[in-house]
Amino acid sequence: MSLTRKKFVFIFLFLLTLLISVFASDFLKTYDFAWAIKFPKSLIFPFKIYISSSIKWLIESATFGIFTFNDLTRAISWVIEQPYEIILSLVAKGFYSGQGSQAELILSPMSWIAVVGIMTIVAIKLKDLSLAILTFFSFLYLAIFDQWQSSMVTLASIFIAVPFGVAIGILFGISSYKSLFAHKIINPILNLMQTMPVFAYLVPILVLFGFGPVSALIATIIYALPPMVHTTYLGLKGINPSIIEAGKMCGCNNQQLLWRVEIPSALNSIKLGINQVIMLSFNMVIIASMIGAGGLGYDVLTSLRKLDIGGGVEAGLAIVILAIVLDRMSFAYIGKHKKYSEKSATFFKRNFHLIIIIVLILSSYLLGVFVEFLKSYPEHFTLSTSAFWEKSIKFINVNYYDQLELFKFYLLKYFMLPIKGFFISIPWPWFIFILVLLGWHYGRAKLAILNLILLAFIVINGLWLKAMVTIYLCGASVILACLIGIPLGIWGGLNDRANKILSSIADTLQTLPSFVYLIPVVMLFRVGDFTAMLAVILYSLAPAVKYTIHGIRSINSEIIDAGKANGCNNRQLLFNIRLPLALPEILLGINQTIMLALSMLVITALVGTRELGQEVYIALTKADIGRGLVAGLCVAFIAIISDNLIKSASKKMKLKYGLTL
Amino acid sequence: MFKVKTLISVLALSIFFSYSSKAVESQDPIKLTLHDWTGQLITTNIMAEVLKEAGYNIELVQADYIAQFAGLQTGDLHVAMEMWETTGRDAIDEYTPDGRVINVGSTGMDAIEEWWYPSYMKDECPGLPNWEVLNECAEAFSTMETAPNGRYLGGPVTWGGFDDERVEALGLDWEVIHAGTDAALFAELESAYQRKAPIMLWIYAPHWAPSKFDGEFVEFPAYTSECYNDPSWGINPNSAYDCGKPRGPIWKVASSQLKDKWPGAYNAVEAFTISNDEMGQMVAAVDLDGNSVEAVVADWMDNNKSRWQSWIK
Repeated sequence: MSLTRKKFVFIFLFLLTLLISVFASDFLKTYDFAWAIKFPKSLIFPFKIYISSSIKWLIESATFGIFTFNDLTRAISWVIEQPYEIILSLVAKGFYSGQGSQAELILSPMSWIAVVGIMTIVAIKLKDLSLAILTFFSFLYLAIFDQWQSSMVTLASIFIAVPFGVAIGILFGISSYKSLFAHKIINPILNLMQTMPVFAYLVPILVLFGFGPVSALIATIIYALPPMVHTTYLGLKGINPSIIEAGKMCGCNNQQLLWRVEIPSALNSIKLGINQVIMLSFNMVIIASMIGAGGLGYDVLTSLRKLDIGGGVEAGLAIVILAIVLDRMSFAYIGKHKKYSEKSATFFKRNFHLIIIIVLILSSYLLGVFVEFLKSYPEHFTLSTSAFWEKSIKFINVNYYDQLELFKFYLLKYFMLPIKGFFISIPWPWFIFILVLLGWHYGRAKLAILNLILLAFIVINGLWLKAMVTIYLCGASVILACLIGIPLGIWGGLNDRANKILSSIADTLQTLPSFVYLIPVVMLFRVGDFTAMLAVILYSLAPAVKYTIHGIRSINSEIIDAGKANGCNNRQLLFNIRLPLALPEILLGINQTIMLALSMLVITALVGTRELGQEVYIALTKADIGRGLVAGLCVAFIAIISDNLIKSASKKMKLKYGLTL
Repeated sequence: MFKVKTLISVLALSIFFSYSSKAVESQDPIKLTLHDWTGQLITTNIMAEVLKEAGYNIELVQADYIAQFAGLQTGDLHVAMEMWETTGRDAIDEYTPDGRVINVGSTGMDAIEEWWYPSYMKDECPGLPNWEVLNECAEAFSTMETAPNGRYLGGPVTWGGFDDERVEALGLDWEVIHAGTDAALFAELESAYQRKAPIMLWIYAPHWAPSKFDGEFVEFPAYTSECYNDPSWGINPNSAYDCGKPRGPIWKVASSQLKDKWPGAYNAVEAFTISNDEMGQMVAAVDLDGNSVEAVVADWMDNNKSRWQSWIK
């Protein structure tokens, strides 16, 4: 009974909002309530100016007595720069003495053969021959397609960003596990870090940490850190209390308990966090290259500036390949259990792989002196598929443009523009009221008040209209992404082969830098909201597919059997059993899709959308710290509101179906 | 022990001699910034090669076009070779007054920014490049979303340019659509050119596009500063911006540290000049013919020896 009433209230509120959105704006304007549509300029609170001036104060005058704030940040960049320089020299640059153009080469970088060999051996040691073969051919691809030098630069930055991200993440995770107070502070900061568009904090980082690859590394670490903290915290929280009890009984002090008992027990979660840090670091490759990281990201950017689509695709695929190989390796590392070597084994036997690696490095250096081929991959043996990509796009463009244009026109007219109209003409007080109501429904006072504060922030900064365009663009993309992704996910959930194919497509889409497909999409659909929406859909499709597959696959097989025993046909099994049970998981997938769509919106500003992403991008190009951070916060707040609502809805649903949380 | 000492002193001496063969003020590296368009890479590499010939120690650093000013101010970065009057004026005005960043003068190149169309559109609209025919031809340049108005693809909003105001002031039946980046801008041009489809867009020079694609700039009433500031000037007595876009020099800017620490290098940067045509050819050699920036710069160095030698005298 109460359920149907609730449904009724929801539908009533939605229809009311629709009516208001259609009729209110004229009504309000004629009766002098225009402030409810457009927040008056005179009341806008200049947060951005305060933020800019306080950052300026931090850099120019803040001091701790003995040293200034600027000294501190520069010291941090120095600490990160040293290991980075060593690795970069080792794999890409070579060691030099002296500075700038007068430096002289002391030791050339490791030969490509040595790097390929080492990675292959590590793969064998981590898992098995098949991973080794994948690794071998992937790294060979980098050499053959002339991506070697840039790939090594990118790899060097990943090798630095990941350990720093992991170490800092584990420390934060431990402190938020040990102290409730720390947890209360760290958690909201993590949420912000995860949802704030990276463009928003690039400029402050540049100013604080100086120009060059170090700033790019720091931005990468900030972006990739949050899942490490989360997994560490969850891993520690999830330890069986009796294990800790046993540790205490054996007389561990706090330090021993942490490092000998708790951390080893949480190791699997921690390893999963490491995997996430690696993947997120790869997502940052392009953006990092905008502030001086160089490498593959820089190649993608410059080839697209030259409209060299093929060059962009090749460099982009190199990023995908590196990401997938390291992802598989880190998963192998997660699944690996420590084997204790037998005492009787000789030194040689125990360190067999290490010895091969050392021999490989030394011999490639020695032989490299005589044989150029061993030192660097010969240029005339490289291949390129550039022409192929260029020709395909041209073919589609010349032959199918009119059909695509028509398709775009109808989708714009009957799908996107109505949604846009709906959102931008809802008066803001009403919109806030509805969201506070929803907050109350799902999370009582806490969520209601949070929603009120976050939305009020957007209003008083005068960004309401841009926020609504953001919601429209993101909403339209998410709807289509789900309409495509969820059915695909269901197919993958029911069919093993489909699962394999879909998973690898999803992996590729997630790691392929969006810049690579942004330009071809512009060529076929011109700049504007439609192009932006296509790019967002491509990027955010993966979680909708993956979570649906996971949701359907993880249903207890006994429930399915019970259904079969009761005489359900396949259709009934799907719609009455599988889908309802997978729904909470699918909702989480939709949530993840929304998060990715929001993070992508900043990039769509590059094809001329007019929303918060554009605001962030304008601030970036004008180096306006305050403006960028304020707009970034607004994006983060939208993400946080929708994240909270959907997570609580998913939780409620799980309770309803009696699933464990 | 003795042997080691000798070795060290020999090494030290040899380093001393190799450096002192060309005496310059300091052997610390001078940092020149690189951005992400080819023309700038070429000017910066030419400057770097010239300074190297003079014996200076050079380092090339990636930096963002506007964000680099913070670095120039603190002395983290030293020279930025291209700061366009049309896009960099605000930043120059903001950072030069306190003397920590210096405008070192023009590169000799003039920036052109204007509405541009491919030549095949002249068949549809024979009156071009005169701006007065724009209204008659609006429909020929329209798309499904803008019809019957013409569609003009403007630069990213961050470039400014006052195109919305221009359309208003000149009473043009055109709609201004803003591209987000110049990559998107040229992607649309490439796409339209492949299909010989109508397009009108913002192009700037020096750039490879005017050499790759055959076309012309629209001729608006010439820019004067009164046109932008004084509504009564020009065709529309009630509105400013009733003229074309300004054209202006591309400046070189430097950190004040360059002048203090490496005065010789500062003079060389000041002396550097190059022409629009030279630059257009070099950009096309890189972006269209696929040569490397290094090769094109080396060519230029060989062919213009007397010129750059006079910069470092």
